[in-house]
Amino acid sequence: PEQSQAIVIYTGWERHALVGSDVRLSCSFFSWRWTSEDVSFSWTYRPDGSRDTISIFHYTRGVPYLDNKGPFKDRLEFVGNPGRRDGSILIKNLDLSDNGTFTCDAKNPPDIVGRPSSVRLLVFENPIQAGVITGAIIGVVLGLLVLIVVIYYLMRFLVARRVFSLSVKHGKKKKEGSQQRQGPVPPADPSKVKAATSEKKKQESRKDKK
Amino acid sequence: MLLILLGVLILHIIILILLIVSTAASAWSVADGKGTDLWYSCITSNGGYHCKPSSNEDWIQAVQALMILSVLFCFFSLIAFLYQLFRLVKGGRFFFTAIFQILASVFVMCGAIIYTVMSPDDRAHTNFGYAYVLAWVAFPLCLISGLIYIVLRKKE
Repeated sequence: PEQSQAIVIYTGWERHALVGSDVRLSCSFFSWRWTSEDVSFSWTYRPDGSRDTISIFHYTRGVPYLDNKGPFKDRLEFVGNPGRRDGSILIKNLDLSDNGTFTCDAKNPPDIVGRPSSVRLLVFENPIQAGVITGAIIGVVLGLLVLIVVIYYLMRFLVARRVFSLSVKHGKKKKEGSQQRQGPVPPADPSKVKAATSEKKKQESRKDKK
Repeated sequence: MLLILLGVLILHIIILILLIVSTAASAWSVADGKGTDLWYSCITSNGGYHCKPSSNEDWIQAVQALMILSVLFCFFSLIAFLYQLFRLVKGGRFFFTAIFQILASVFVMCGAIIYTVMSPDDRAHTNFGYAYVLAWVAFPLCLISGLIYIVLRKKE
């Protein structure tokens, strides 16, 4: 008879999930021998605060057996690949009552001496309502857009006003300087100045874009 | 010139339609009897057609927001294109149109990537639906359209 050696079983330590979502509990093992045809996986469940352990899944001789009477009826699915030493299960539509410890025990005959490994499942209610994050992202992006547009036009307006006030000063100095010219000097037309500065700005921005 | 403008406009409208269908259609993940998407998970079971709101996890809300933003920005760029068509000086470039279009393509890319990475790992039974494919098709089209707008110049 072959001598049995130790087998080491790996699962996660803890899994967190939201109410209503699905969670995948992974289970794998290490063994010195090749994966035998009689490899078996079993999952058992112990609810938080209880001392009872129930069996919810068993895989042996190529056939998975799922819980069809207990708390996980119709919610379990076998998503593992026994040939690749993967005995993972998928639990769908989680509820707060699913909090507890899940234990995976794998056997790879003749390597059967091993310690089953446990993963703790924590199920949370989602503190954020549906749609709050959606609205927040959309609101922030559109708000930034509006802000950028407003700042852009504000800068243009301020620059145009500055140029206008400078040109008025320049015009006044010219007036004082040449007192000979008595003819009516038309005051600097603000709309013309604005058009001139916006044309300059357009040319400058076109140069920048190039 | 008129032909080019018409072609570009038609491309833009096609992209907008693709984005709207992708955002609204209920087919991002399809499996046997059910279709799920950003908004609802619907199952055709023996009882009929049951729909429940999609899991309100954070990532699904982010994908929702990004898809909506991409539709909005594509629409804004269409408006900007029509506006700039009539008001741009001769020789000018369609700068704002390009900016909005490229932003729209970035948003749809981010949304599709987040959905790909975060969707439940159940590949054995579920496949990606046509709305998901449309999102990935719309992304390069949108990007190309934006680049065309950068290169396009208004001639008289």
